Parts: sequence; C-alpha cells; structure tokens
Amino acid sequence: MDPQTLDPQAAYHRPGDLDAALRLMAALRPTVLAGGTDLFPATQRPALTGPVLDITAIAGLSGIAETDGGMRIGAATRWSAIAGAPLPAALEALRQAAREVGAVQIQNAGTIGGNLCNASPAADGVPPLLACGAEVELASLRGRRRLPLAAFITGPRRTALAPDEIMTAVILPRAGLAGRSAFLKLGARRHLVISIAMVAVRVECAGGRIGRAAIAVGACSAVARRLPAVEAALAGQPLEAPVIDPAAVAAALAPIDDARASAEYRSLAAAELIGRALAMAIGPEREAA
Amino acid sequence: MSLDAAADAGTAAITVNGLTVALGDAARARRLSDWLRHELGLTGTKTGCDAGDCGACTVLLDGAPVCACLTPLGQAAGRSVTTVEGLDRAGMARLQDAFLRHGATQCGICTPGMLMAAAALLAREPHPDRAQVETALAGVLCRCTGYAKIIDAVLDAGRPAEPPGSRALGARIARLDGPPRVTGRARYGADEIPPSCLTVRAIRSPHPHADFAFGDLAAWAAARPWVAAVLTAADIPGRNRFGVIPPFADQPALAEGRARFRGEAVAIVVGEPGPTEMADLSDFPVRWTPLPAITDPAAAAAAEPLHPDRPQNLLTAGRVRRGDVAAAMAGAAHVVEGTMRTAFVEHSPIEPEAGVAWLDGDMLVIRASTQAPAMDRDDTAAVLGLPPERVRTIPSACGGGFGTKLDLSVQPLIGLAALRTGRPCRMVYTRTESMQATTKRHPGRLRARIGADQAGRLVALDFDAEFDTGAYASWGPTVANRVPVHATGPYRFAAVRAEARARHTNNPVAGAFRGFGVPQGALCLETLLDPLAEACGLDRLEFRILNALRDGDATATGQVLRGVGIGECLRALRPHWADALAEAEAANATARGPLRRGVGVASCWYGCGNTSLPNPSTVRIGITPEGRPVLHQGATDIGQGSDTVITQIAAEALGLPVDAFTLVGPDTLLTPDCGKTSASRQTYVTGRAAAAAARALRAQILRLANAGDEARLSLGEGGLCVTDAAGTRPVPLGPAGPDGYALRAEESYDPPTTALDADGQGTPYAVYGWGAQMAEVEVDTALGTVRVLRITAAHDLGRVVNPLLAEGQIEGGIAQGLGLALMEEYLPDRTENLHDYLIPTIGDMPDIVPILIEVPDPEGPFGAKGLGEHALIPTAPAILNAVRHATGVRPDRVPLLPHRLREALR
Repeated sequence: MDPQTLDPQAAYHRPGDLDAALRLMAALRPTVLAGGTDLFPATQRPALTGPVLDITAIAGLSGIAETDGGMRIGAATRWSAIAGAPLPAALEALRQAAREVGAVQIQNAGTIGGNLCNASPAADGVPPLLACGAEVELASLRGRRRLPLAAFITGPRRTALAPDEIMTAVILPRAGLAGRSAFLKLGARRHLVISIAMVAVRVECAGGRIGRAAIAVGACSAVARRLPAVEAALAGQPLEAPVIDPAAVAAALAPIDDARASAEYRSLAAAELIGRALAMAIGPEREAA
Repeated sequence: MSLDAAADAGTAAITVNGLTVALGDAARARRLSDWLRHELGLTGTKTGCDAGDCGACTVLLDGAPVCACLTPLGQAAGRSVTTVEGLDRAGMARLQDAFLRHGATQCGICTPGMLMAAAALLAREPHPDRAQVETALAGVLCRCTGYAKIIDAVLDAGRPAEPPGSRALGARIARLDGPPRVTGRARYGADEIPPSCLTVRAIRSPHPHADFAFGDLAAWAAARPWVAAVLTAADIPGRNRFGVIPPFADQPALAEGRARFRGEAVAIVVGEPGPTEMADLSDFPVRWTPLPAITDPAAAAAAEPLHPDRPQNLLTAGRVRRGDVAAAMAGAAHVVEGTMRTAFVEHSPIEPEAGVAWLDGDMLVIRASTQAPAMDRDDTAAVLGLPPERVRTIPSACGGGFGTKLDLSVQPLIGLAALRTGRPCRMVYTRTESMQATTKRHPGRLRARIGADQAGRLVALDFDAEFDTGAYASWGPTVANRVPVHATGPYRFAAVRAEARARHTNNPVAGAFRGFGVPQGALCLETLLDPLAEACGLDRLEFRILNALRDGDATATGQVLRGVGIGECLRALRPHWADALAEAEAANATARGPLRRGVGVASCWYGCGNTSLPNPSTVRIGITPEGRPVLHQGATDIGQGSDTVITQIAAEALGLPVDAFTLVGPDTLLTPDCGKTSASRQTYVTGRAAAAAARALRAQILRLANAGDEARLSLGEGGLCVTDAAGTRPVPLGPAGPDGYALRAEESYDPPTTALDADGQGTPYAVYGWGAQMAEVEVDTALGTVRVLRITAAHDLGRVVNPLLAEGQIEGGIAQGLGLALMEEYLPDRTENLHDYLIPTIGDMPDIVPILIEVPDPEGPFGAKGLGEHALIPTAPAILNAVRHATGVRPDRVPLLPHRLREALR
C-alpha cells in the first residue's frame, strides 16, 4: 500500500459487538488483530497496514465460562487470564502452557484464539487443547459453526477459517475435562523458546491403572497431533511404571531437521517428554492410591 | 467495553505517567512504543527488536507489563500507561536506586524494561523471592550483566538509599553515569531525533553473492513525493572502501555492482520519516543476478577468490613457532589430540545500530552508537571525501557493543545522506538488519595435539585454526594474529607450533567479538587438557596449576612475563573444586534418573591492547579557576564502566575525590583520542594516560602552592587548597586561559610492544590479564540438555579499581560464554531475529561466585590489568569439561545443542 493513502482512522476498527465485526469482515476482509504478538513481529513498520479489525473489545469474546456441555474460552482471552483462572485438573496442561507462552509481557497480550489461528507448528496452546478434544467456534454473517481443533488446523500456518470468519471461542466438551493433565516444552534455553518439542498428556485413572490417556505432541510434525496408538497402549497399564514405546512415538510423528534439532532427536525427545509428562499427570493419583 | 466508539471517533485519550494525552488522529494500529517515543518524546522506552523478543520496551498498561512494540495504540486508548519516566511518580525511586547501588545497569539499554517488569512485580508483591523475580523479569533480555546484579537489586529494592561510603580507588562505587540510565534520560543512538530530520533506509542484498544493476532510480523516486534522495555507490564522493585496519580496508559503504554477503547494503532511500518508515521497498528498482556462493569455509581455499588480490581466499595467516615441536612430541610420555568446531555468534546488543548526522556549518556531525569515535571519524571522512577535521563524532550512549560497534555501520550512510540533502538524517537498523549486516564472531575449525612428559609437564603443542572471516576483512587479521599468540593458554610449553588463517567466504563478515578468537582457541585447548591430565594420572586442576605460567617464564613468543596471576587464580579455586567434586560424586552415586552432575575447570590469559601495533590513549585534565578538575576522556563507556574507572584512576593520581570531577566527552572535537573500547585496553591504556595527566597536573598544582609531594589537595568553599605541615592554604590558580582552565595537563600512553617476527617471536602485549573458572553442571542424559548450576570465577585484575564493576564484567562475560557453549549459532536467513537466535535469559544463568585476585602488573596503572574479555574465555571450555566429567563424552562442537549432546551420548 502506498503510505500516502494510508488513512489512519479508516484503517483501524475496534468494534464493541460481534455483529459489527462480522459486517466489517464481510465488507473489508481486514486483518484480524487480537494480542498483536504475531502480527507486529511479522512487520518492521511502525504500524500495521490496514484495514485492521481489532477484536479485543468485542463483548463476549473474552473470558472463561462453564457451560452445560463443558467449558467455553473466549477466543480473545489473554494467556495471563487463563494462567490465573480456576481450571479443572484436566486443564492443568493448558495452564502450564499459558505460563510458557513467552514471558509475562506476551501472556498479557497474546490470546488463545490468536495462537490457534496463527497455526504455528510450535503453537503452545495446541497440544493441551488437542489432549482435551477441544473444538473451535467460528462466526461469520453466514452463521456460526464448530470444528474439532484437529480439523481446524490444516497445515503449518493454514487453517479452515474462511476469509469472512472470526474465531469466537474454544469449546471444551465435558468428556475432555476428566482426569489430570501436564504439559512439557523443550528448548535450548529456559525462557522464551520456540520449542524443539512439546507434549501434553491427559490421563484418567481408576483402580491403580491408567484408564484413558490422551497424548498430543507439538513441533514434531507439520501440525501438532494426537498419538492414538501410544494412547491405546497405555490403557490399562499400572500407574507405577507405565511404559512408552519410543518406536511407536516416532512412528506417529513426522519431525523435520532444522536449526533447532534433528528429526531423530525430536522423536526421541517426544517419547522422553511423554513419559515425564505422564508421570507429572499421574503423580497425584499415585500418591492418593 | 465502551472504548470502541471513542476510539473510532478519534476522541480517545491515554493517560501517560498520570497525564492525559489526547490521541488525536494518531493511527490506532501504530505501535505504542513508536508513539511514545516519537509523539511524546518519551525515549526512555527502548526498542530492541519490534517483535516482543527482548522486552526492552516493557511498559505498564493499567499496571500490567506489556511490550509497547506489540501494543496497538488503539488498545491503550482509555487506559493508563506507565513508562520509565513515570517510575519515580509511581513510587519506585527505591528500585531505581537499588539498580545503581547493585551495579544492575551496565550499558543500560535493557534497564527501562527491567525496571518496569520489576515495578509490576513489586507493586503486587513487595517482598518477592528469587524465583518470583526470575519469572517476572524473564521477558527482558540483558546482554551485559548476566542478570545477577539485576536480581540482587530487585530483591533489595525495599531498602532506603544510604549515604555513599568510601570513594577511593578500589571502592565499590556505583557507576558515575548510572543515574540517566535508570531514569530513561540517557540518550542512545535512536533517541536523538532532531526536528525536520529525514529517515534513511537501506536496500540490502537478499543473496549471499550476486551481481546487481539498478533500474530507473530517478523515476522511482519521482513517483514518491516523500523521497528526498536515492543514493548508491555512484554518489559516494570519497574512497568507497572502509575497514578497521587500514591496509586491509576493503568494504564498500554501498556495494558496487556485486554484493558479497546477504544483507550487504547496495543503496539508500532517504525520505520523510513517516512515509519512509511505512513504505514497502520491495519494488525498489534493482535486478539481482545470483552467483555461486561460498558458504562452506572448507571449500573457500579452492574457490574463486572474492577479492582478486587474495588468492585462495586467504585474508591473512598468523603463526608462532618456538622449539622443536616434532622432537618434543616424539619424546612425550602422553599425547592427546582433537578438534573443535565453533559457529558464527552474533553480538546481539539490545540496541541495534543507530545514529543521526547533521551539518553544523561545514562540519559534518555524527552522533551514533559506537565503540570507536576517532576511527569512525577517520573512516567516515575517507568514504565521504572529507578531511577528518570536517567530521565530528559524538558517541551516543551505547546500548551494548561487545566488538560489533567497532566497525562502521550507519555512519557513512547517514553522513552521505546529510551531505546530499542538507538536512539531519537518521537511521535505525531493524533487528533483522542488525543481524544480517553487522559482524559476527569468527567460526573456527580448530585442531590441537598436546604432549606431556612422565611428570605431567606440558612439553609440546601443535595447534592449527582455520577461521571463516566472511566477505570482508574487518578484524580478521587481528583474530589470525591474536589466536596463535594465545594458543598455549596460560601454560608453559617447551615447544609450540601454532597457526591460524582467516579465509573469505560469502558468509557474514566476521569481526571483533569479546576475545578476538581467543575463546575459540581456549575451547580447543582446554577440552584436550582434561584427557591429558587423566592420562598423566593427575587431578585436572592440579595439572593446570603444575603447568601454569609463572613470573620470569617466557611465553611462546619469547616474551618474559612479570605480574603473572594465573597460579593465584587456579589456587583460589582449590577449596571450591574439592567441594564441588565431592558434591557431584555424592549426587551421582544416588542418582536414579537421567541426571548426572559434573565439574570442569578452564583458564584464560589475554593480552591487553592491540597485538604488536600502536594504540595510544591521550587524556587531558583541566583545572577551572574555581579549582574544579575537568576530565576530557575520549574512551567510550559501552557499559563496561570506563567513565567511572578512568575517573577513579585520575582522582587517585591527582589526589582529589571522584565527586570533584566533571567529565567531558567522548567527542572528537572536545576530547583527545583514547582509541577504541576493545581489547580490554581502556582501564590499562587510558588509565595509564589518565594517571599520567593527573600526576602532571598535581605537580603543577604543588609547584604553584610551593608544596611537596606529600601534601594533600582538597576542594571546598574556598576553592582548591593544599594541606601540609605548614597548614592549609588555597592554591593561587590564576585566571582562565582561552580553554577556560587555569591549569591543564595532557598526557599520552602507548603500550611498549614490539613487532612479531616471521615465527611470531616478540612482545605483542605489555600487560596480560589472567583468570580461571570452574563450572558445575547437571546434564539430562536422556534429553541432552545441560543446566549450569554454578560458576566460580577467579580473575586477576592486578589492582581492583572498582569491585562492583569488575564483578559485573565477570558475570556478563560468563553469560556470553554460556551462550557460546550451549545455544548461540547464527545462521544467515534462518536466525535473523531474537527468537530464532537464542541468547541466555535470566533463567539460564547459574549462581556466580566471583573471586577477585590482585597480582600487580608493573606496567598497569596502580598495577591494574584489563578484564572485559578475559571473563568470557574460560566459561565455555569449563562448561564443556564439566559435561565431559558428567558423561564421559568430550563435546567437539559448540553450541552444544541438546540434539548434538544426545547424539554424542549414544
């Protein structure tokens, strides 16, 4: 865009209600801005070029609520709100991820919906939500629809979001809120890392054994994914020493070689992290048993 | 929320530091940081990356810390913003004072961000613990301090200020230039924004090697009314070749038809700030013809030369030979050999290169962030075809250098733009530009073979290093010469053969980085000493003590040493070593999981100042008619503390307190040349010049007062007085001369060195500094990760001028050494930002136990030696040796990324 034509007032919209936002989406196809933690780093300009639709003032788009079917997290909910909210043990992985999305400055700005729509293979929010069977709610003037998160993210930086749609919420169905969870992220430094590998594990235990396990791994394939075969193999295992088969983990992933790590290492690290996250998640159960 | 209507109607306001500011028609999609800095002039909020990676721009939004660079103005509307300029008002003056008292600010560029993040924590938790502090500050990167003193300051922020204690030489005084750094008043390269100034942006090569041709530049510019000028190499009036070492000067300020590395500038666009900064320059009329690029240094020797006069792409080679290495090696009882490979390391000062140029009459004035004002002046003048006296450089506050700001960056470009447009011209590198276009640490492929006799005495060293020096010379010759001289480490060898070569590639220009190649050499040598010690059946620390250089020993260059402190440093580690070994052994004996502890040690020595080349400093001190001393000091303080240390030395030699001094400079018009801030030379070389000038001035004063040398000087209501057995009396100073001073003295000092002959024999340095560090690590053998638990660092400073600043240098050097060892690897096109290029965060730092040793050097001022670079050298090899102790594996490549260690452990 020629900077001469950049009209600062017309380029930026921050409506207070969803209808106005959806009308703008239909009419302008603007860039959707929430926390800004991905949009601003993508440009070296002092301002975003318009048109920009800032969704952070839209009523009902922020906040965490219990619903009949489970829980609903507004798409514009900031990570710090998630980290500080009373959440069930099944969402402990999500809380831990929220605390590692950058540092506090990023957590105070970045939103859960933005993390999903940006669709980075290393998005911190994705594995914990996959492990809970999360769905996303999308809205446009044409109506609202729900998609499983796994179907929403279609590739690295690609989603099923239509050009006129806004993500309005992350939906956590009741079934995914059972049990306990844990999240682990591995990088070459302590804070502010784009991870080499990350895992979220959710387990439901009964009678000293693992009942159901949900395992999701990020940064080890183009899109973070669940590992059904590894999950199935865990069912019925004793809490004391559940066994993870590294070969099964590797078979379920398709990691790449890059500057951060080799593909082989990623598979190996994922298996190790799954074991550790599993121990974290079932620790309290074991103590109670 | 009700903000929507207000924001869209353009009537909203923001409360900034308690004042309501109308937003007017400011673009709501603008970064809050840009608005604060440019519209409100609140330049205390720093921008280091514009990507939320460095946290320097942290402000409080309704009390919560956010990155102002990621916050659209529209989201701040109707809310309250607190910046560093408002901290005092927010009741955080004690926090600022604690930062000064603890030495928590060095270059100061991260300080506003650190203060804001800490203020948010203290507002909700007035008495935080260390873990809370680390979590709260984790989003702000610091490249200078190693974070230790920042944590201490925040933990101690509740304590009221106390009256200053002793201010004598050796006292722990807070840095004299500290207050502006904690209030946001210090002005860095990007903070000088004259009215009516133009913005300069560079067009850079996207290819590592390419020919290029321009299209119709005039038409392109004419179609854009905001463009004031488009300038290329054809517009450069002088010699379009710069370089820090004149005989090797080879780098064009703007490339001439061929770009030799990715990020090389080929043209500049000069225009009105707003539209120039918003413009998309991807349609700039330049056509690229990519050429085959040499990116693997191993292929460089056989490839076509980048510079026709440098066959085999060899820039230069250095070597040292002493004794018969073949015979000594053949007679050795034990021999080890091995290799080491290191990567490009990016300095990553949190302040990218920035500055402004303007015309003052026919004087071109350049105010930019630099380590070398006089060299900048001379090189910029040559490029612009001006005599040096028509260029004045006034360094801005420098937000970190570490060697990268010794070379020209923005200076010739803004100078050219100012000359051509007649208006002030300003340029601020983006983080990506800074990473692409500036120098890096030389990657090395090193190999050494070391022999010891039956008793464990080192007898022979055969050492070879091949360095990738990138596309242009920069400091490559210095690295090639310095490395062989230092190849032995601070150890006695009977026979030495050491050679280093700097070879051109189409990779980034490799230049000066804290240690000039010596850290790479130490990585190779020190990681081979451990297996050799074991082969000799000796404890690794005792093996080093046995072989440490002593007074009267000759180095591999044949120089007989005095003031050698390495033995003292190593012996100071003994009790810590025994404890650490016992602790690690106990931990490993009971370990059931994948964690293993290890302990390692490594040493350093480092010659202070240029290698066998002159590098004088000149200091002038005047006494005003009122008796006040004014110190004209041309050394740039890039955070290391020379403003404070040089004043302390001058004060001691003159006999007046530090607080009596007024500081002038650096400024090439007002201060004599104190050379560059590099090679750990300022405390020693400029310190010697300052001491000489102060002593000369003292002699004049005493003569005037007819007093003997034992007389005391004082400065009070009655002006300058002397006190001796005859009592106290004022010094009859007389009127001011044309320079404003009643008395003045100017003295120079140049280290007494000699050239090295073909075999590297001679006296390359007049003073060396010494050190030894011990690392304790915990290795996760399943994941290949390394956590450094503690570093105990003994450094010989000869005479400690200021322990607070000395500890800061050690802690900061260790942070960079840790980064070198474990995470830092610059890859063009892949790590051109601060989230893909990793530097240590607050959470990566170990406990650091500094031990300051004083073995006076006969040449140093009051016995003092340099320290700045020394502190980095032993850290990485000590960590690698600790990893080997923990795992049995000797890493032969850094950074030791988790996958590399895991691979080695298989």
